[in-house]
Amino acid sequence: MTAIQETAPVAAREPSRAWRKMKANRSALVGLVIIFFFTALAVLAPVLPIPDPLATSWSAIRKAPSATHWLGTDDIGRDILSRMIWGAQASLLAGVVSVVIAVVIGVPFGLVSGYFGGWVDMVISRVTEALLAMPFLITAIALAAFLGPSLMNAMIAIGLSAMPIFVRLTRGQVLAVKTEDYVEGARAIGLGHFDIMTRYILPNVFAPIIVQATLTVATAIIAEASLSFLGLGQQPPAPSWGSMLNVAKNFLTQAPWMAMWPGAAIFLVVIGFNLLGDGLRDALDPREA
Amino acid sequence: MPVYIGKRLLVAIPTLLIISIFVFSLQKLLPGDPILAMAGEERDPATIEFLREKYHLNDPVPVQYVHWLGGIVTGDFGISLRTNQPVLELVMQKLPVTIQLAVMAMIISLMIGIPMGILAAVKKNTVLDYIANIVALSGLSVPNFWLGIMLILLVSVNLGWLPASGYESIFVDPVRSIQTMIMPAFVLATALAAQVMRHTRSAMLGVLSADYIRTARAKGLSPREVILSHSFRNALLPVVTLTALLFGELLAGAVLTEQIFTIPGFGKLTVDAVFNRDYAVVQGVVLCTAVGFILMNLLADVLYVLLNPRLRATL
Repeated sequence: MTAIQETAPVAAREPSRAWRKMKANRSALVGLVIIFFFTALAVLAPVLPIPDPLATSWSAIRKAPSATHWLGTDDIGRDILSRMIWGAQASLLAGVVSVVIAVVIGVPFGLVSGYFGGWVDMVISRVTEALLAMPFLITAIALAAFLGPSLMNAMIAIGLSAMPIFVRLTRGQVLAVKTEDYVEGARAIGLGHFDIMTRYILPNVFAPIIVQATLTVATAIIAEASLSFLGLGQQPPAPSWGSMLNVAKNFLTQAPWMAMWPGAAIFLVVIGFNLLGDGLRDALDPREA
Repeated sequence: MPVYIGKRLLVAIPTLLIISIFVFSLQKLLPGDPILAMAGEERDPATIEFLREKYHLNDPVPVQYVHWLGGIVTGDFGISLRTNQPVLELVMQKLPVTIQLAVMAMIISLMIGIPMGILAAVKKNTVLDYIANIVALSGLSVPNFWLGIMLILLVSVNLGWLPASGYESIFVDPVRSIQTMIMPAFVLATALAAQVMRHTRSAMLGVLSADYIRTARAKGLSPREVILSHSFRNALLPVVTLTALLFGELLAGAVLTEQIFTIPGFGKLTVDAVFNRDYAVVQGVVLCTAVGFILMNLLADVLYVLLNPRLRATL
């Protein structure tokens, strides 16, 4: 038992070393700041001194940015800044929830597939390969179309479409780890498969999964915006960056500001998650000292 | 080589079968009974029974699947609810448009990505490298449809240089065809160019530190010759494979781009089908993209073997 316990502190020290490397990585910090900024906006939306995002005003239709409406107003006089801030909720929520769905379903399948091998692995791997052959966005659109348009269904559709990446990634990692001495040790002291998988293998394959998850949040945010842009995500009048762009494209000449801000926000948040993901990959990579 | 390709095609069959099960199951996700909708207002029991029998809906689900699959294998992907055209015919009609768009996007992304990747690798850790990396990151992060809207705003609305939408076949009026396609192709190319750049850069970095490059330098070749004929030729291999793999992704990426620029291709067909609840078309589109993706994967593997003299000998 002690021999196994001794390997644990190494894993425990890992985050602090990774954190030091992260702090030295300026671009990852920029990513973190961007994410923090938008998360703060999304969380504080109810208490910020901004107009109601749903309040229409017939006297303020498609007004350019001004002192009263910093980012202008939309086609039915709603304040764009307010809708942007509330829209951050939908975007971030969709990005995170769909990746959670993908991880919660994908990782266990990958774990089981890599750990047990044999026909279980064969079946799971074949199905994963098939799912990976269906382009991500087309699968998400098709699923969302069949499930019916709503933000929740969009998240499910995106999560399921992103899931096979996590199965494949986890499986590969498990294959590399399962022959390690500490796994042998755990087996030798008679631990069950479930304990070995969750307590000994999972913690040691988690780093690349975190990296992939961060990068997938970026993809998922674009996917949610795409679905909402097509009318398959967040339903009006609730604000989301994608659906704001959908309306904005009809008023390009009269009110270009309507299209500018939501897209810029998606762009920025996605850059944030990509920077953080790349930074995490460098920080968690054991090959680089 | 033919044996190798044949083997790979055989391996693709189970994958395609699994995909077909998924695509078939999609229609089971639909709420409501499609037959009730088809039977009209009166809901005449005899009509309903006739329709159920006609579409094999009284059979167990696995039997229904076999009937459906039998149709797919013989090229019967069903009928579009909206246009009453066979789905396969619709797809084949729209595909050339999207292929033109994808090929143009591919050319643009290679024209941007490869020189940028070479430059970033040769000037590693300089300002040029950083700029190239930031451009690549932006290319990966920008939402296609927003970039499209912004380009229309700038190039078409404000500058009036290019048409904002429309489509002309390249065989009818090549100049006009390229004019209408160049902006969407550029939009589609951004994410791709970024990936091509990153792969070219890392492949070049790997090659530049190889012994034979040092030898080439030592024997006095010009930097240009060392970089282009000795290094790039060897770094090209992973880039070619990547290119073939990403071509499948281009088809998918075309969905929103075509929507923005109203190009009557495969992507627009998908979106229209989704809006019109034309589910047979949606299923056909998913199946066709998956088949296309598998074929491009195969092509990538074949190219990899063909371009790599060490592997070619093993065949």
